[in-house]
Amino acid sequence: MIKVNAIGDACPIPVVKTKNAIKEIGGSGVVEVSVDNEIAVQNLLKMAKQKDYEASSEKKSDKEYVVTINVAGEATADKAPQVKAAQVKSDEIKLKETIVVIDSDKMGEGDEEFSKTLLKGFIYALSSQDIPPAKIIFYNSGVRMTTEGSASIEDLKVLENAGAKIYSCGACLNNYGLTEKLLVGEATNMYNIVEYLLAADLVVRP
Amino acid sequence: MEKLYCKGGGCTAKLGAGILSHILERLPKQNFDENLIIGFDAKDDAAVYKLTEDVAFVQTLDFFPPMVEDPYTFGQIAAANALSDIYAMGGEVKTALNIVCFPQNSDLNQLGEIMRGGLEKVKEAGGVLAGGHSIDDVDVKYGLSVTGVVNPKKIYSNNTGKPGDKLILTKKLGVGIICTAARIGETDEETLNEAIDSMKTLNKYACEISKKYNIHACTDITGFGFLGHLLEMMDNDKSCEIFASQIPVFEKAKALADEFLITAGGQRNRNHVGDNVEFDNIAFAMEEILFDPQTSGGLLLAVDKDEANLLVEELRKANMPAAIVGEIKEKENTTIKVVNK
Repeated sequence: MIKVNAIGDACPIPVVKTKNAIKEIGGSGVVEVSVDNEIAVQNLLKMAKQKDYEASSEKKSDKEYVVTINVAGEATADKAPQVKAAQVKSDEIKLKETIVVIDSDKMGEGDEEFSKTLLKGFIYALSSQDIPPAKIIFYNSGVRMTTEGSASIEDLKVLENAGAKIYSCGACLNNYGLTEKLLVGEATNMYNIVEYLLAADLVVRP
Repeated sequence: MEKLYCKGGGCTAKLGAGILSHILERLPKQNFDENLIIGFDAKDDAAVYKLTEDVAFVQTLDFFPPMVEDPYTFGQIAAANALSDIYAMGGEVKTALNIVCFPQNSDLNQLGEIMRGGLEKVKEAGGVLAGGHSIDDVDVKYGLSVTGVVNPKKIYSNNTGKPGDKLILTKKLGVGIICTAARIGETDEETLNEAIDSMKTLNKYACEISKKYNIHACTDITGFGFLGHLLEMMDNDKSCEIFASQIPVFEKAKALADEFLITAGGQRNRNHVGDNVEFDNIAFAMEEILFDPQTSGGLLLAVDKDEANLLVEELRKANMPAAIVGEIKEKENTTIKVVNK
């Protein structure tokens, strides 16, 4: 494997360095590229898609992303497949790392049914915003919103498609017997939840 | 003389369209002034303010870091780019002011050369350089604030095209990719010079010719790329079909795009246009060129369909690589369809 450090490089330098590394490994192998912005990630993934290389990306922090490109033996540099260019979704317009926390199946204190309706309205309104939050984290009875029987699944899918990551607390799902009934997003653990919340610019709790 | 240090200049240095509109939308509304015919709500090329029934002034400014190494050439291109917004509104240039950021401790002759290039273009535009403002800064940036005049009844808005109109583009696309490749030594002198000649060319000549025809809408192609500016032209109430094989393009830019010598600005434009464009089997390189940020790009004109051929013919006679690149349609689900025609 070759590691390429393209932190601090403006486009198209990360792509140029990566192309050189791919040439260097010849035949097949893995190239791991570090960059400091999401646009560079998207340009690398676009190149990989055009060249038919397997590729994935991971955000290590706001200033470090790692793109892993797996060059298979048969794909050669001259091969230019007529694949449609990557329509990579961007969250670059997201100005801050905003996290919405939903820790109950109700919004505020009051009449039970009414409080549930309020929360459903909140999630709907959230799904109509121009800029989705970076993450929505559900814990305690909040996990009822991401599982079977929830009236907000469609709205949460809209948010997910717009780029919001949706997490439900795994222990909470387990406690309410909902582990097998998760319909949107993924389960996570308390360490991740703590990490996400500490790294957020803004945490919103309805 | 030393060469200018370029680190991704010209219109590739522009803030992304997405990030910008979110910030603009959050500014408080101002008091209404009926004489401000075109303000920033309109996302048009320049502001237009009516003075009398027949006279409005057109105001714009543009400045950016160098995209070429020769200071005199940079001055010419930056000025041609700034002046272009006046032409995109159908106006005439009157006065210009220099905008300068320059490191005081470096070679001031370079600054002289930049301003000489700018002055030459202002003169060619028929305007007069009336002053300016300069700042000591770590990086070089240059441009102009330009004021022109236009008859308020004959303004070229960018969003007033009509279904059936033909779309005409007056310059080749791909200068962003070429300048980026040149910066890292991946293109030849000849290709770069061709792109430079195009960027130095004033849109004055295209504008003057167009005034003999029924132009319904006009914009100039700059930082948001062909598709970004086209999307603004459609303004959510029209759609269009674009004929990929008719679009004037620098051939070398295609080869460079296939080598992925593409800019961050181009990818930002792709993200901004997003689902509003549908590509019908278009080659990757062509897609990239359609998103490529242009510095001092051409005019994109929406003209009455019966006059389109005559207008293109006249533009070509005046040595412009103009072509009919598409047509406006009634609003459909997808705003822009790019087809292999």
